[in-house]
Amino acid sequence: MGMKLTKEQQEILDGKFGDTKKRVMKTLVMYGETFGAKKMVKVTSKYNHLVTSFGLKALTPVYNLLDKLLKEGVTSGQQFSVDPRPLDKNVPANFLQKLIFNKFMYSKQDFYENQLKSLGLMNKDAFTCTAYMPEVGNTPKKGEVLSWSESSAVVYANSVLGARCNRNSGIMDLMGSVVGYVPYFGLLTDEGRKAKWVIKVNTTKKPEAQLLGSAIGMKVMEDVPYVVGLDKWLGKKLDEETCAYLKDFGAATASNGAVGLYHIDKLTPEAKEFGKDLIEKGAKEYVIDDKELERVKKSYPVVWKNPNAKPKLCFMGCPHMSLSQLIDWTKKLDTALQSVNRKKVYIKTVFTASPGVVKEFEKTGYAPKLKEMGVIVSSICPLMYMNNPLCGKMPVITSSNKLRTYTTARYYSDDEILSQITKGGVAK
Amino acid sequence: MKTFKGRVVAPGTVSAKALVSHGGLNTLASFQKALQFGDKKATCGDQNNKDLYGKQMAGKALCLPQTIGSTTGGLVLYCACSMKRQPACMLFSKPIDSLAAAGSILASVWLDDVKMPVIDNLGDEFLNFVKDDMQITVKENGVVEVE
Repeated sequence: MGMKLTKEQQEILDGKFGDTKKRVMKTLVMYGETFGAKKMVKVTSKYNHLVTSFGLKALTPVYNLLDKLLKEGVTSGQQFSVDPRPLDKNVPANFLQKLIFNKFMYSKQDFYENQLKSLGLMNKDAFTCTAYMPEVGNTPKKGEVLSWSESSAVVYANSVLGARCNRNSGIMDLMGSVVGYVPYFGLLTDEGRKAKWVIKVNTTKKPEAQLLGSAIGMKVMEDVPYVVGLDKWLGKKLDEETCAYLKDFGAATASNGAVGLYHIDKLTPEAKEFGKDLIEKGAKEYVIDDKELERVKKSYPVVWKNPNAKPKLCFMGCPHMSLSQLIDWTKKLDTALQSVNRKKVYIKTVFTASPGVVKEFEKTGYAPKLKEMGVIVSSICPLMYMNNPLCGKMPVITSSNKLRTYTTARYYSDDEILSQITKGGVAK
Repeated sequence: MKTFKGRVVAPGTVSAKALVSHGGLNTLASFQKALQFGDKKATCGDQNNKDLYGKQMAGKALCLPQTIGSTTGGLVLYCACSMKRQPACMLFSKPIDSLAAAGSILASVWLDDVKMPVIDNLGDEFLNFVKDDMQITVKENGVVEVE
């Protein structure tokens, strides 16, 4: 094998610590060699983050593999957070849906959560795709090496926090934690963090984060984009509002394409430090104006059985909302409902946020207000909720481009969502 | 017949009919329904992939630029392999991405009875040339014959 391993790594690979650990190392070495890695580097973050949070019957082969690790005492060297749970009894579901969720689709949920506890789950509230938020407590530092998965979390950790992590797959994430090393390639290297695209944002107003991210993701696919012109709308400071914007923007780049890192000129840590030196020679250019965003939005297929159906459910928060987003939306809803003389939302609406953020939100006066307006706050994974034939037939609306990509949910801008859930009406 | 040469990511030989995606394959969106609801043909469920949506993926020589989307991609591919619903082979025009690589490596290391040859770096010309239902033959050394 072409990778230079330390004595300890070689001994693991040679089977000194058992066949299972040997296979873990072999998996990582093959993974690294595929991408030209010459060595492994230590995972330096305090915690890991795993993508697989759901006890989905279809993933039984994964649980069997984890069982094998547990039986042989090959567990994670780090504690970890994990993506959101797929179930929440507070989220609207009819009798048949509940039956299918609990007895058929997610029948392995309890079993799998016990596996996670045994493997090193941080705590019972560590189920969220936004583990990096301060309320959750898994916030990597700049320069730390991670073995994370969850595309939206990886792109956030790399871009906004300046940590170093490849777009690892589920299972591969855990394997890095088991041996404590990951292969050194791609987004872990300085070279791999250079931009192959320059994105020029020439819009006449602040672009919708989820739409801009989608346009960029579909254009650059897995490459690193360097975005100029966005600081005009976001400013030059990574405050809470800007971080929430970048969370949603990044999730769209990662799900509509395969972006693992972006640089925002004058704003994100490495762009501030190195500026346009991060742009590779011969980088391609993509100009985004109002017309281009409109073109991208119109290109989304409408897969509802009846395209003119009245929406039955609205999901907001994929990735999970921040505390400031929950508060902003409560204020916006209050104003919008007052303007049409209504007390409650017109469409059943679910806002999702991490358990930690929900706890903080509940300490504020906005939580009862939001409840009064009929909005359910949950820590569910909307994507997992939607991924079944019953929900697939429901006309669900969302401003999440990630949810749109993976499910039959229909994308609308934040303003359109606000209008629909407060005034109702047929989707257009 | 035309011959292309790529890099072997997962070794093996196979012959199968081509199934071509010109856009990135979103592994989760494409496979999830099939794995969840016992569809042995692994019918592609990704509404955004106009080339593949509604078509059988199991047993086909899947020709694509790369995979995209959720980082569950690798484990979804691993599960497809474990449940014997995987493509006959995966043929990438570009260098393989980390999720597809993870899926094929996991299958290769942890599943003793599954073979899914994976070749990458076949070039844009390969993806421009190959069409659905063309006969594909994958050789051990990364050579792919298309006819």
